[in-house]
Amino acid sequence: MIRTSALTKRFGSILAVDAVDLDVREGDIYGFLGANGSGKTTTVRMLLGLVLPTSGEVSLLGRPMPSAAREVLPQVGALVEGPAAYPGLSGRRNLAVLDAAGAGRADGRRSRRRRIEEALDRVGLGGIDGRPVRAYSLGMRQRLGLAAAILRSPRLLVLDEPTNGLDPQGIGEIRTLLRELHAAGTTVLLLSHQLAEVEQLCSRVGVLDRGRLVLQRELEEICGPTGRIHVRTPDADGARALLDGQVEATTSTGLLVRHPDPGELNAMLVGRGIRVEELTPERRTLEDAVLAATGAGSDRVARP
Amino acid sequence: MIAVELGKLLRSRRTWVTIALVDALPTLVAVLLAVTDLGPRPGTGPAFLSAVLHDGTLFPLAAMAMVLPLFLPVAVAMAAGEAIAGEAQSGTLRYLLVRPVGRTRLLAAKLVSVMAFVMLTVLVVGATALLTGTLLLGHENTGRTISVSGTTLSTGQLAERTGLALLYAMLSMLGVAAIGLFLSTVVRTPLAAALGTLAVLVASTLLLPLDAAHALRPYLLTRYWLAFVDLFRDPILWTNVVHGVLQQGAYVVAFLTAAWANFATKDITD
Repeated sequence: MIRTSALTKRFGSILAVDAVDLDVREGDIYGFLGANGSGKTTTVRMLLGLVLPTSGEVSLLGRPMPSAAREVLPQVGALVEGPAAYPGLSGRRNLAVLDAAGAGRADGRRSRRRRIEEALDRVGLGGIDGRPVRAYSLGMRQRLGLAAAILRSPRLLVLDEPTNGLDPQGIGEIRTLLRELHAAGTTVLLLSHQLAEVEQLCSRVGVLDRGRLVLQRELEEICGPTGRIHVRTPDADGARALLDGQVEATTSTGLLVRHPDPGELNAMLVGRGIRVEELTPERRTLEDAVLAATGAGSDRVARP
Repeated sequence: MIAVELGKLLRSRRTWVTIALVDALPTLVAVLLAVTDLGPRPGTGPAFLSAVLHDGTLFPLAAMAMVLPLFLPVAVAMAAGEAIAGEAQSGTLRYLLVRPVGRTRLLAAKLVSVMAFVMLTVLVVGATALLTGTLLLGHENTGRTISVSGTTLSTGQLAERTGLALLYAMLSMLGVAAIGLFLSTVVRTPLAAALGTLAVLVASTLLLPLDAAHALRPYLLTRYWLAFVDLFRDPILWTNVVHGVLQQGAYVVAFLTAAWANFATKDITD
């Protein structure tokens, strides 16, 4: 769906994006992570043809960008660095203006009303009145921006912080919406620095650090088991004696044991009369992986 | 895209308020003239103004001579400055471009929209002036009008030449629009683009009477703007009108090319 090779952008002396090889496959919900100023937004702007790369190539839906923008972009919906709308027009009118501005499907005009109402319903603005966008709250603007992105049922959605400004309930609604769209075959590129959100939604993760792609893997691989098992037991001393050498640490509630098979470990402990209250394979968290791969964000300016 | 832009122009309250404000000055002058019956002494004041006391049908031209040096260019500079920088400032530019709207197409649509605004303004000012002129001012129109050269013009000739003069005024404003559109692709805020355009205008107006700037004179933006008065000489004195058309044409081509060259490859980071 999205493939870049050695994509590089230099603004004057600043190297904003440095030889990034992004690979988003059809059917992915791809979490694109990185600290503020790590180059995520610049990369996305290059994908969409807003910013021209200094060097390197972008292929979107199998076609080169920005030269194939006319054919490719109608199949892409985007929310780039916050929503934007004409403040004097209503939400519906904004969607209509944006839809009419570009060419698109042959039936674009006739289906416009229906598509606008559908998109508004999906983002939870179905009952909105004719008030101008100027009077919208931050969350409403965010929802309107999402409605604009899904208006033409795109094959690829590029969303930059889509839940910005939403309350927890709104965040949950948007997560459900993205899952529905994904189930219906939409590929999603989700930019975020909310690790929890990415962990819940995404199947694949890329991490950008100071312009370089330092990690790009399946979430399943990143958050795999560490080979250690957390055992909660009231018979900690007995267990320690039994598992001599395999206990790596003692926690307040139990033991951290290095063992390849949780089932076997459980059977063994119970067989020797040790009560097991809880037994959990330890997993790496996304946060650990991201922190291990990146340095401090560029919004932190320490004294030299 | 052009239809969308025109729709936005016509639906915008600002468009109509600006036109009303531009239109207010000549209307005020007409009322004052009608009430006081005091025209400027011959040879002073805006062109045609002394004549309108006798013949109200000349008032559209007097109105044009009043708004052309400052009011109209200010309005055009604001509209053109808004074109790209305004979309960039509100963030809608990036959504238009990923919609996708081609950059050249967007620029063309903006130019058409600005020109539509100019035409609308000129037509409204002309029509209002014709109305106020015939209702409030001189009624000595006997189907014949005295030209600037002292000969008489028939009503048909007058209408024809008024039409030409309005076209000429629109072309003059196209030069301003081109500069404004170019600056609108360069700077980040619509205000900066509008003020930059006005700076060019003011500089030209200041340099024009300066003897030391004599060599620059033929290239100054405003040099030939009031040449439409020559259309009412008998016979028409074409020299300055033709120079004006060529000069404004050169301004338009140069600045539109620059605007296109800049915008087509610009990084949109707003």
